[in-house]
Amino acid sequence: MDLNYTPEQIAFRGEVRAWLADNVPARPLQSFDTAEGFEQHREWEKTLAKGSWGMVTWPEEYGGRGCNLIEWLIFEEEYYRARAPLRVNQNGIFLLGPTLMEFGTDAQKARFITGMASGDEMWAQGWSEPGAGSDMAAIRSKAIRDGNAYVINGQKVWSTRAVFADWVFCIFRTDPESQRHHGLSFILVPLDAPGITVRPIAQLNGLPGFAEIFFDNVRVPLENRLGDEGQGWHIAMATAGFERGLMLRSPARFQETAKRLVELYRAHQNDILDLSIEDAVVQSFMDAEAYALFTYQTASRLINGGKIGAEASLNKIFWSELDQRMHETAMSILASRAELLPNASAAGDIGNWLDGFLFAQSGPIYAGTNEIQRNIIAERLLGMPRR
Amino acid sequence: MDFTFTEDQLLFADNVKDFLRAEVTPQSLRRSWEVETGRNPGLWQQLVDLGLSAMLVPEAQGGLGMNELDFVLLAQECGRVALAEPLVETALVATPLLSSLAPKDDRCGTLLAQLTAGKARIAVGHAANGLVCDAHIADWLLLPSGDQIHLLARDQVALIAQDSIDPCRRLFFVEWQGSDETCVASGAEGVALLAASLNRGALGAAAQMIGLAEAMITMSVQYATGRIQFGRAIGANQALKHQMANCAVKTEFAKAPLYRAAYTLSRRPSHADFAVSHAKVVAGEAALLAAKHGMQVHGAMGYTWEYDLHIFMKRAWALDKFWGHAGFHKNRLHQWLMNPNAKIGADKTFGVQA
Repeated sequence: MDLNYTPEQIAFRGEVRAWLADNVPARPLQSFDTAEGFEQHREWEKTLAKGSWGMVTWPEEYGGRGCNLIEWLIFEEEYYRARAPLRVNQNGIFLLGPTLMEFGTDAQKARFITGMASGDEMWAQGWSEPGAGSDMAAIRSKAIRDGNAYVINGQKVWSTRAVFADWVFCIFRTDPESQRHHGLSFILVPLDAPGITVRPIAQLNGLPGFAEIFFDNVRVPLENRLGDEGQGWHIAMATAGFERGLMLRSPARFQETAKRLVELYRAHQNDILDLSIEDAVVQSFMDAEAYALFTYQTASRLINGGKIGAEASLNKIFWSELDQRMHETAMSILASRAELLPNASAAGDIGNWLDGFLFAQSGPIYAGTNEIQRNIIAERLLGMPRR
Repeated sequence: MDFTFTEDQLLFADNVKDFLRAEVTPQSLRRSWEVETGRNPGLWQQLVDLGLSAMLVPEAQGGLGMNELDFVLLAQECGRVALAEPLVETALVATPLLSSLAPKDDRCGTLLAQLTAGKARIAVGHAANGLVCDAHIADWLLLPSGDQIHLLARDQVALIAQDSIDPCRRLFFVEWQGSDETCVASGAEGVALLAASLNRGALGAAAQMIGLAEAMITMSVQYATGRIQFGRAIGANQALKHQMANCAVKTEFAKAPLYRAAYTLSRRPSHADFAVSHAKVVAGEAALLAAKHGMQVHGAMGYTWEYDLHIFMKRAWALDKFWGHAGFHKNRLHQWLMNPNAKIGADKTFGVQA
């Protein structure tokens, strides 16, 4: 065990910090759930790509820097420290990217990773259906082979970023006779294909952060399938592992929120009557710290040849509930101003806590509800009986 | 940057785990309750022979020359079996204290050599605890008084036994009178040594609580798997699964802070307060939750003397309050964090908790 950064890692941090200082937009971008904000974020992705900072863990041939996970964590720390824009293509770079690396053919990697690395192709996720939420094996949308193409019919829902994205990665039933998690395949679909209708769904903040996608005889070539036919469930579980595990929510995000919470508390310390708030602030800070330590431990283990499995569920519960508690605490500190939108004249210094609070409510739901994660922990990590 | 244990550290911990599993069982602990001292000299001699009691003593002083990080996994195993012998406090608190005192005080040097050879035993008092563990089997006691540390033979003190709800624990109020003769450290040195002892004691308690939490989770999962009601194992019910999953989350997320604390104590002990307090608080929360949910999963069985769960539960309740209760450690965290000069942020996780 050595909890010091190497001189190379320190130099890397310096390089990241300097680049971000020169390139992070001075004014915050608009929400990527607006048409204009989405394009602003796409431009930012292109800026990142030009500097080869889009996904530092990817090999250089795909626009990355071949960094290991510790360097990725350093990058993320600097990224959140610099308050750089959120990653509009997180479905692509954090979820589909690692999945392509593991299951994609060379041609698929060259085609799709390059596209997402350059910032040219933005991705949405298409897994849930009206009848398949927590019970994802109940998927009914079909992709049936017809010559050298699949013909897709059905409906996806809660597809994050699908309103403005270019592509969606989906799970479809390729064997119409199959049941449950058999006979599913992982297929990449361009959202401008004929027969696709995207219907935006407004989220709590009124913006169309997710959408329904209707497929009416949509044709996509067979080479858009990732992995073997019928291997979809297996691949999706790997993607879910990236989602719940290491990649999607790096600790830096929560550590910076915890830091802002401490600063908010200090600024309002004298007005606070509820004695439990200081404890909640300290608790939040310690939990964010614990999440960072845990992640460094996981990253070190993976670098030394370990794997991440069902324990990704521990992670997902921890960060999502931490995020909720931090924002609840911030709302308590802001008290009667907590409900105000930033444009209200009485809002003062409330910043974007309300936005964060709303988003934090979704954490225990997306990427598999925390109830499902607790079942996974109980059954697969602890060995409790399924039924 | 590498947040993993070495193969050697893991292998050593595994060997100790196997040894403890074979030698320390709920049955053997129950037998110890029938013995007046509550202790097993044969087992202690085995632990000494394995070199465990002197693990942190420098090789030049006859020990294994290892550090807190090498020991932390062992302390976890001691907790897992609810070891009653004072191995963790001897190895982690008493011997490092003696080896710090030895260069200046011949008595301490002699005592350290005897202790390393298994020919003497020592108990350590601390203001954070008030009572002293295992004073009755100690030949010598190191006792605090303000900024002073005194070394007294057992026949120089009076012990008043204080019964604990944990029948394995033997606690004593110690009546004693120090003198210039008995004082082995004072002033800034005494304060520093007492502070270091507190951090090492807290680390040991935290590590044992992680082992205890894991032991209680394992017992509870086993019970819930075997106990049939309404025609199926009660562990198939989500209400119980989720309680156990919550215990697993708490326990797993307490480990990294624990190992960070051990690492910091081994490298920069003067900067370890923050890391140690973090570890002690979260390990305590994990152990108390495992005790609470463990008992609920066991139902009435968990409330009995006959079933073994209480051996682990009671130790968790006790250790959570020893070497600084949660209030003490949270207070240290509050003071650190609320200092406007505290260096916080995502890039400051490692090596800056000054």
